Amino acid sequence: MYKIVKKEMLNPSIVLMDVYAPDIAKTCKAGQFIVLRIDEIGERIPLTIADFFPEEGLVRIVTQAVGYTSRKLMNMNEGDSFLDFIGPLGKESEVENYGTVLCICGGLGIAPMFPIARELKKAGNKVITVIGARSKDLLIWEDVLREVSDEVHITTDDGSYGRKGLVTDVSKEILEREKIDHAWAIGPVIMMKYSALLTKEYNVPTIVSMNPIMVDGTGMCGACRLEVDGKTVFACVDGPEFDGHQVNWDLSMRRMNIYKAKEEIALEKALKGGF
Amino acid sequence: MPLNFNRVDMPNREPDVRNKDFVEVAEGYDVEMALEEASRCLNCKKPLCRPGCPVNIDIPRFINQVTKKDYDAAYYTLKEFSLLPAVCGRVCPQEHQCEGVCILNPKGGAIGIGRLERYVADKFRENGKEEELIKEAPTGKKVAVLGGGPAGLSCAYDLAKLGHEVTIYEALHTLGGVLMYGIPEFRLPKSIVNKEIENIQKLGVKIELNSVAGRVNTVEKLMKEDGFDAVFIGTGAGLPYFLNIPGENLNEVYSANEFLTRVNLMKAYKFPEYDTPVYVGEKVAVVGAGNVAMDAARTAKRLGAKEVYIVYRRSKDEVPARLEELEHAEEEGVILQLLTSPIEVIGDDNGHVTALRCVKYELGEPDEGGRRKPVEVPNSAFDIPMDMVVMAIGQGPNPLLLETTKGLELNKRGNIVADDEGRTSIEGVFAGGDIVTGAATVILAMGAGKKTAKSIHEYLMKK
Repeated sequence: MYKIVKKEMLNPSIVLMDVYAPDIAKTCKAGQFIVLRIDEIGERIPLTIADFFPEEGLVRIVTQAVGYTSRKLMNMNEGDSFLDFIGPLGKESEVENYGTVLCICGGLGIAPMFPIARELKKAGNKVITVIGARSKDLLIWEDVLREVSDEVHITTDDGSYGRKGLVTDVSKEILEREKIDHAWAIGPVIMMKYSALLTKEYNVPTIVSMNPIMVDGTGMCGACRLEVDGKTVFACVDGPEFDGHQVNWDLSMRRMNIYKAKEEIALEKALKGGF
Repeated sequence: MPLNFNRVDMPNREPDVRNKDFVEVAEGYDVEMALEEASRCLNCKKPLCRPGCPVNIDIPRFINQVTKKDYDAAYYTLKEFSLLPAVCGRVCPQEHQCEGVCILNPKGGAIGIGRLERYVADKFRENGKEEELIKEAPTGKKVAVLGGGPAGLSCAYDLAKLGHEVTIYEALHTLGGVLMYGIPEFRLPKSIVNKEIENIQKLGVKIELNSVAGRVNTVEKLMKEDGFDAVFIGTGAGLPYFLNIPGENLNEVYSANEFLTRVNLMKAYKFPEYDTPVYVGEKVAVVGAGNVAMDAARTAKRLGAKEVYIVYRRSKDEVPARLEELEHAEEEGVILQLLTSPIEVIGDDNGHVTALRCVKYELGEPDEGGRRKPVEVPNSAFDIPMDMVVMAIGQGPNPLLLETTKGLELNKRGNIVADDEGRTSIEGVFAGGDIVTGAATVILAMGAGKKTAKSIHEYLMKK
């Protein structure tokens, strides 16, 4: 059992949890993920690690109420435990001193961007971070990312905070303004797609972190497969980070929808009988 | 006494009833059937069956004990050689092993050794008997077993009996490996697997679930920091192969591993009572014809698919699945689309599967192995309407552990190189099962685990 030591609502739909998993906390690296299962009837879902505290034995996850299991997870409290918590899975981010790095993140992707940006900063990079959210109340971790960035730019879809517009608008200005040596983009698939298309125009190598549907997370099932450079790869063992300029985005977006109809059945069950 | 070639049939549930649920298909012998079948055994002076068994079970002895109604003795005879008799009685390809070489086989009357093995193991368990576990005095040696499938379990069990301190590290949330995630409930009830695994825990073997080999615990860390004297790697063949044909990443294309894991391990057949969903089409093609393919096809049928096809590029004679699985699949309405191989999965604009494009094959000259080689018929492409495809064409070694284990020699296919004793290129590191041989059977993995336990024991006691 893996106890939730801390739970904090970062906004009405995004939750942060620190989970006691000392072995993982000791060995995990930026860019890796865990798979968890809430209870005996639960499904296995992957979550990218948002932070980790080896001394305290804690792994931080941040998630948003989007589907059935993430809503079920939201209903858990401090002191509750996950039945299974597996990791660290996937490869760590390849961080080195590139020079100037542009970190584009949005929505839930803001959380996993943080440990990577921290490593990039530690490695001596100038870190320019662009954070996007739909509106001010959905924005998370501005302060956290400021600590590890040389510059932070905020955009909101509705203009309620920072610049009105998309992350790609501000990123384009930055790319026009100065030489960027490397970029990361983490967030909704559509955001990563357009970020990668943009950086490609400027020939800036760009890493994206894929978060497809998974079951085991260890290479056993192939649910998470995607196409990179025309080849089929597994996000769990070959990634989760890939060259954003080579990802077949449309395929990845389609594959996210496989269980849409089933998800509605599960949510209906939840509405009737609770989680 | 005249030779009796009449095999006693094992009763099965009605095909049209069983293909709608997940209750076990084969019902097993009752006592009269078991005694009648056992009485046919000739108790050969030089039994052919025994060398036909990958773990060399003393088959004539256990069958003789059945004829004497000494069922407990028969059970302990089986357990001397095999950790999981209730499992092996159900899933071994007996027709290619013990029963295949039985002296009565040429006339179709091979003794139903697997059925008797199952009978003996089931009777022991169903009567609520507990196995006497004899354990040697502690040796003070520690062994880490990576992977809790048939190879690892078997190795851990024998090492614990010999007095070593054993810890199993399993990546999934349950022990059993393919017995839990791969083989369906209707062929191998999970309660039986759990019962057979229980004894390993009773022997004092420590079990670390959710522990992905090579991640938290690398081989190097286990040996240098955690004080293990030896490591056994039994991480199996977990990585599913695909055909690398166009359209293979469409939404309703599954690997058999994913489809079966969702249904068996995650219990998607009970969705939404269980949270894990699975998609099932109306017309389902399963590509391949091994046991895994049959399991996937029969599972799809049970989940409501109207038409399920086994698409295989050779003929019925070459089908690699156990004969019983093929027969059961056909009885349950699975359609064999033989001498056919897919070249493309066709989908619509939204990424949904609409058809499987195939070409026809015919059998040509025999290859080195004696099997007639399938040859593509020119200009024979045709489409079969489908809305789901399951790829069941085999699995390769899982790279997770291998990429973090420095100095471990692998062969061209990515399997670990190990000698007959299970020794790898690293001292104190042993390996067995599918990770060495490539995807094979439960019994071969168990046999390798058992054999390697012996050589690990010798290594530890000399050290």
